Amino acid sequence: MSLIKERSIDRATQETLKKAKKENIPTCWDRLDAQQPQCGFGLLGLCCTVCNMGPCRIDPFGEGAAAGVCGANADTIAARNLARKIATGASAHSDHGRDVAHAASLVTKVHSHPESHPEGHRHHHDYEILDIGKLKLLAAEFGIDTAKPEEQIARELSKKLLEEFGRQEGELVFTKRAPLKRREIWKKLGITPRGIDREVVELLHTTTMGVDNDYKNIIATGMRCALSDGWGGSMIATDVQDVILGSPEPVRGKVNLGVLKEDQVNIVVHGHEPILSEMAVKASRDPELLKLAKDKGAEGINLAGICCTANEVLMRHGIAVAGNFLQQELAIVTGAVEVMMVDVQCIMPALHEVAACFHTKLITTNSKARFPGVSHVEFTPEKAYETAKQIIRVGVENFSNRKKDRVNIPKEEMDLVAGFTKEVVAQMLGGKYRGTYRPLNEAIISGRIRGLAGVVGCNNPKQTHDFAHTELVKELIKKDVLVLQTGCSAIACAKQGLLLPEAAAQYAGNGLREICDAVGIPPVLHLGSCVDNSRILTAASHIISEGGLGEDLSDIPAAGCAPEWMSEKAITIGFYFVASGVYTVFGASPFAVLGSKNLTHYLTHDIEEIVGGRFDFADTPVKMAELMIAHIDKKRKALNLKPVI
Amino acid sequence: MSKLVAQAGIRGAHAVYKQAHEFFQKALQEKGPSYKVAFPETAFYFPMANAMLGVKVETIHDIEPVLKHASELLPEIPSEKVWLPYLGDTLNAGMATLFCEEIITALRYAYGQEPQKDCVGFFSDTVMRSLGIQLVDGRLPGFAAILGAAPDNKTAVSIVRELQSRNILAFVGSSVKGRSIIDQLVEENVQMGWDNYIVPYGRDTVSGIFPLNWAISSALTFGGLKAGDAQKCLLYTKERVFAFGLVLGELDDIKYATGAGAIAMGFPIIADTDIPEIKPSGITAYEALVKELDHKKIVSRCIEVRGIKVKVSNIPIPVPYAAAFEGERVRKEHLSVEFGGKSSLAFEYLSMRPSDEVEDGNVEIIGPDIDALKNGEKSMPLALIVEVAGRKMQKDFEPILERQIHRFMNYAMGIMHVGQRNMIWIRISTDTFAKGFRLKHIGVLLHAMLHQEYSAIADKVQVKIYTREEDVKKLLEQAKNAYDERDERLSGMTDESVDTFYSCTLCQSFAPNHICIISPERLGLCGAYSWLDGKASHEINRTGPNQPIVTGAALDSKMGVWKNINDFVYQNSNKSIERVSMYSLMDSPQSSCGCFECIVAIIPEVNGVMVVNRDYAGMTPSGMTFTTLAGSVGGGVQIPGFLGVGKLYLTSKKFISAEGGLKRVVWMPTSLKEELGEKLKKRVEEVNDPGLLDKIADESSVTTLEELTEYLSKANHPALTMDPIM
Repeated sequence: MSLIKERSIDRATQETLKKAKKENIPTCWDRLDAQQPQCGFGLLGLCCTVCNMGPCRIDPFGEGAAAGVCGANADTIAARNLARKIATGASAHSDHGRDVAHAASLVTKVHSHPESHPEGHRHHHDYEILDIGKLKLLAAEFGIDTAKPEEQIARELSKKLLEEFGRQEGELVFTKRAPLKRREIWKKLGITPRGIDREVVELLHTTTMGVDNDYKNIIATGMRCALSDGWGGSMIATDVQDVILGSPEPVRGKVNLGVLKEDQVNIVVHGHEPILSEMAVKASRDPELLKLAKDKGAEGINLAGICCTANEVLMRHGIAVAGNFLQQELAIVTGAVEVMMVDVQCIMPALHEVAACFHTKLITTNSKARFPGVSHVEFTPEKAYETAKQIIRVGVENFSNRKKDRVNIPKEEMDLVAGFTKEVVAQMLGGKYRGTYRPLNEAIISGRIRGLAGVVGCNNPKQTHDFAHTELVKELIKKDVLVLQTGCSAIACAKQGLLLPEAAAQYAGNGLREICDAVGIPPVLHLGSCVDNSRILTAASHIISEGGLGEDLSDIPAAGCAPEWMSEKAITIGFYFVASGVYTVFGASPFAVLGSKNLTHYLTHDIEEIVGGRFDFADTPVKMAELMIAHIDKKRKALNLKPVI
Repeated sequence: MSKLVAQAGIRGAHAVYKQAHEFFQKALQEKGPSYKVAFPETAFYFPMANAMLGVKVETIHDIEPVLKHASELLPEIPSEKVWLPYLGDTLNAGMATLFCEEIITALRYAYGQEPQKDCVGFFSDTVMRSLGIQLVDGRLPGFAAILGAAPDNKTAVSIVRELQSRNILAFVGSSVKGRSIIDQLVEENVQMGWDNYIVPYGRDTVSGIFPLNWAISSALTFGGLKAGDAQKCLLYTKERVFAFGLVLGELDDIKYATGAGAIAMGFPIIADTDIPEIKPSGITAYEALVKELDHKKIVSRCIEVRGIKVKVSNIPIPVPYAAAFEGERVRKEHLSVEFGGKSSLAFEYLSMRPSDEVEDGNVEIIGPDIDALKNGEKSMPLALIVEVAGRKMQKDFEPILERQIHRFMNYAMGIMHVGQRNMIWIRISTDTFAKGFRLKHIGVLLHAMLHQEYSAIADKVQVKIYTREEDVKKLLEQAKNAYDERDERLSGMTDESVDTFYSCTLCQSFAPNHICIISPERLGLCGAYSWLDGKASHEINRTGPNQPIVTGAALDSKMGVWKNINDFVYQNSNKSIERVSMYSLMDSPQSSCGCFECIVAIIPEVNGVMVVNRDYAGMTPSGMTFTTLAGSVGGGVQIPGFLGVGKLYLTSKKFISAEGGLKRVVWMPTSLKEELGEKLKKRVEEVNDPGLLDKIADESSVTTLEELTEYLSKANHPALTMDPIM
C-alpha cells in the first residue's frame, strides 16, 4: 500500500486520507492498489474487444500472435482503440455543448443591464442573455442580422448552433476562427470537421470490425472528430455559457477542502455542466432557504465545487472550489457535506459508497448519469431554479443529521484569481479603448515572455496527486513561460498559490515577472473548465491575427501538456490541439499505443510534418518542462525572435 | 512595482473626477444648463470627448453624459494582496482623467480662468493645423510635454535648448511643490512661443490636457478618422504623433493619472525621479514609463523611448555634400592627405553595440588630426570605427551598413573613397582641407547619413577615428576577425544547407517582369546582393523587395528547379515566367534586368560559353560587345543560352552546373580573370583542372570565333569533348 505522502502533495488531501484510513473508508488510491498489477495488454493498447471473434491480443514481444482472429495487427488494434477514446471524449464535450445550446433556445428574456448583474431583478426560472455583446458577435459569425431584436437573435442563433450538431456537409462555422493557413492545412488533409455528431459517428464506424485498417487514416478521422469537439462542441459550450450565464471577468476565489464551513450547510456541486449549478448559486442565496438554514442551526448555506462545475461557478461568481478530481471522495470524508449534487462526467461511481458512510446525500440530476440506489432529481432547463432550490433544501434539512464528532475539515485553503478569457486578455492589456493583444505579442517578440503553455487535464492516482501539475508549472514560469490553465490542473496549481498575482514575484523568471507586474496578473492564468480549452484555441487565433508571431497556430512559441490525465476527454483535447498545430506532452502513462511502434512513432514524430503539432510522452514534470521549453525555443528560433531577456 | 503606479493613477483619476464633478455642479448652479461652454477657435468641441465618444459638447448640460461615462470608467484601486489585473483599469482611469481635465479646463474658460498668465492655454485649430503640416513634412520630428520643474533653472534651460536643437517642440507647464518650469524659463529670459518651439500651456497638471487635446484633434484632422472611432484615434496618436511626457520632479497622483491617459494615447512618460518603471511595450511603441536620473542624458532617453527619428537635414561639414560628387577622383597633384591604398594602414569597421554604449552623434578623434601632419607628409594610418545601436539592429546588418560608408564619403566634395574593409583608400583634396574639412567631419557625415537612410534600424550612431599606428594595428586584428566571421558565414553555406531563398524585385521599377532568385551559392546578378544581404534586407523591410521563399522539395535538383520558386516567380513576374532553373543556362534560365555585372553567352560552335563583364569595352568572339549583348539579354525575359550574372557566381559550385559549370567557359576578358584571381584559382583546383584558367581564352589572343576555335583545340579545352550543350 502506497504511503499517504506519495499519494498527494496536498496537505488537505493527506490529512483527509488519514481520516479515511482510520475510518476504514476505501478511496480510489486503495482501489488502484487492489488493481495491481494492471493489465499489460491494456496498457499497450494491444487488446481488441471489437468483435465477438475475440477478445484478441497481440504479443508485444513478437513471439506469439501478431494478429487478431480477423487479421488486425498491432497498428490497427491500437489505433482503433485510441480512436474510440477520441470519439467518446468528443461526445462528452459536444453533448455538453448541445445541452447549453438547448438552454439558450429557451431564453425568452434579454437582460437590459448586462454589465451589472443585479440578481434581485432576475426571474429565477429563466435563463437570460447576460452578455449581449457576445451574443451579437456570435450571431454575426453565423450571418444573423444583429440589428434584429435581441430575443430574436438569441432564438435564431441557438437554432443555428443546434444545427451545427446535425450538420452533414460544409464546415463548422467556428472553424473560420482559425487562421487561414491552419484552415488550408485542414482542407488539404480533408479533416475540416463537417458536423459535430457526424464526425463522432463516422469515427466510430471506421473502428468497427472490418472497416478502416490503415492506422494513419484512422488517426486522420480521429483528428477530424477531435476538431469537431475543440472548434465545435466545446467552443459552443464555452461561448453560449458566456452568453446566457455571463462572461467571466477576473475574480478572486478560494480553493481546497478548507473552504467547507463547519457552521454552515455545505452543498458541493460536482461534474461539468454549469447550467444547473448556476441556479444552485442563486438558490443558495434564496432568503427562504437561508431562513430555513438558520432555523436548522446553520449560519448560512455554503456552496463549493469539485472538478469543472467548480471551475465554471468560480469563473463567473468566485464560488469556492473544494477540490479537484481526486478530492471528490475526500470532500465527503470531511463529514461536513450535506449534499453533493452531481451532473455529468468524472463522477466516481464510488461516491455512493463513501456518502453512505456519512449523512451526506448524493443527488444525481442528469438522466444521462444515474447511480442505482441514489436519489435523482431530474434537471430540466425549463424549471432550473425550482430544481436547484429543491436540492439545496434537501441539504439544509440534512444539516441536523451531521455528526459533529465525525467532522474534520482541513484548514488548508488558498486565495486565487481566476476569470481569464480571450476577451478579458484584450481588456486587461488595453482597457476599454485600447483593448488589444499587442502587448502580449510584443512581450513574446521582445523575449520577456518565452512562450505560452497550456497546462490542463485531470488527476490520476497513478501519479502523486497534484505533483506533476505544480512542479511543471513552476518550472515553466521560472523559464518565463506564461501558463494558461483549465480544469483540475488549474485547481491543483491554485492550491499551491500559483494563481495568486503574488506568485509572479516568488516563482516567475525576470521577463515574465515584468509582464505580470505591469499587467497585475498571476503568472498562471485560469481560463475555466475543460470545455474552456476552446478559449485557448481562440486566444491563439487572436495572437496570430494580431501579427508578428507567424501565420499559423503552429508558428506560435507554445506547447501544451496534460501532466496527470486520466479521462478520454483529455485524449480528445490532446488531438484537437495537435491537429491545430500544437506540440502536446502527455504525462501519467502514455496513450495505450506503445504496443504499436508504428503508431507511436507516427504520433510522436511523423504527424508533425502533416499537421504541425505532435505528441510527446514524459513521466516527470522536469522532463515535461524540458520538452515544452525546447519546442518553444525551436519556434522562437524559426520566427527569428530576440533571445529571452 | 507597477501596482504603485496603478494605485496612484487610479487614486488620481478619482480625485480629478471629484474636482470635475464639483466644478460641473457649481457651473450648473451658477450659470445654468444651457450656458455655452467651448474652447477657443475649435471645430472639435471638447476634442477628447468628441474623438472618443463622438459627442458634441456645447453647453454645460452636454457635459453630464461625458462626466457619467468618466465615472463608469473609474476602477477600484488595486488591493494590497490578491489584486486583480490593473493595467487595463489604469488605462481606463487615465482616459477618465483626460475627460475630466477637459471638462475642468473648459469650465475654466467659461469662468475666464484660462489661459493662465504667460501661457497659451488651449491650442486653436489654426495652430493645430500649422503644427500638423510641420509634423508631416518632417520639420518637427516630435513633441515633448514637460510637466513640473527642473531641480534648478540651468537644468531647465539646458533641457529645452537640447530639445530645440533637435527641432522637438516642447510644451512646458505644470509644477512641482509650487514651482513651474514656466517660471524657471521666464527667470532665465528664455524666449517662449510657437516660433521658439517652447510653448507654455499652464501651471497645473490639469492644463496638461491642452497638448493632448491637440494630439487627439490631429487624429481627426490629419488621420481623417471619424469622431467616436476611439480605438483608431488612439492608435493614430500612438503611431503618428511622436509625443512623449517628460516629468521633472516628483509625481503626484494627478500626474500619474494624467500620465496614464497619455500612455493610453501611446505617449510614453519619462521621469527624472526614482519611480517604478513599466517597460513592456504594446500600448506604447516601446517602454511606457521609465526614469532617467541624469539630466544630461534625459533628452536622448526620451527620443529613444518614443522612437523619434531625428533627421539631420543639413549636414554641417565645410564642403558641399551631394550624390553629384560621388564619382569624383582626387588626383595626386591635389592630394592633401590619404589613408590606406599603398600609403598606410587603414580600415573601416561598422559594428553593432548595446544602446548604453553608444552616445548618438558622438565623434571622437583618437590621435593627431590631419592638420597635425608635418610638411611633406601626406599620409597617416586610419581606423574608422562606426558603432550603431538600434532596437532593430542586428549583427547581420553590419556589412550592409558598413558598405554604405563608401557612398556616404564619396558624396562629400573633394573626398575619394575606394574599396572596403581593410582595402580602403581614402583621399582628401587640398581644396577640401583648405575649406576646413577635418577628420571629425567624416564622423559627422556618417552619423547624419546613417540616420537619414537607415532610420528604421539605426537609433544611435557614434564614430571613433584612430590615427596612431599602434591603435590602428590593434583594432585591425579585431576587425579582421569580424570580417572573417562574416565571410565564414556565407562561405560555409550551400543551397542545400538552407530551406529558404530570397527574391529580389528591386529592379522591377524598370524591368517589371524581372525577378532575381538569390541563393547562398548564387548571388544577385548585380553582384550587390548576397543571400545574407537578401535575408538582412528582408528583416529591415518585411514587405520590401527581398522576400523569403521556402524552397520545399526540389522538382529537379540538378537543374535547380523547385515548385515553390516557380510559383513565386510566376506570381511575381506578372505571370510571364512559369519555370526557372537556378543552375542552368539552357533550360528556363533566370531572366535578367539590366544590372548584371557579366553576361554568360553560349558559343555553340565550340560547345561552350563565354563570359564578358561590364567593364570590358572591346570585342568578344561572339561578334558582339558587352553593350550589344546587353541590349538583347535584359528586360526581364528568359533567353536560353544567355544569362546575366554577378561576377562572384563564376566561382560558385552552382555556376551553370547543369551544363557542366566552369569547364564550359571558353573565353573571358583578362580583367575579369584578374579580378576573380584567387577565388577562380581555387575553383579550378576544385574541378580538378588546375590548368583550366590558361585554357580559357582572353582578348589578348582571341577576339574572333576563328581564333577561338583554334585556341581551344590547341589548348585542349575540356568543353570540346563535353556533352553537346544544345
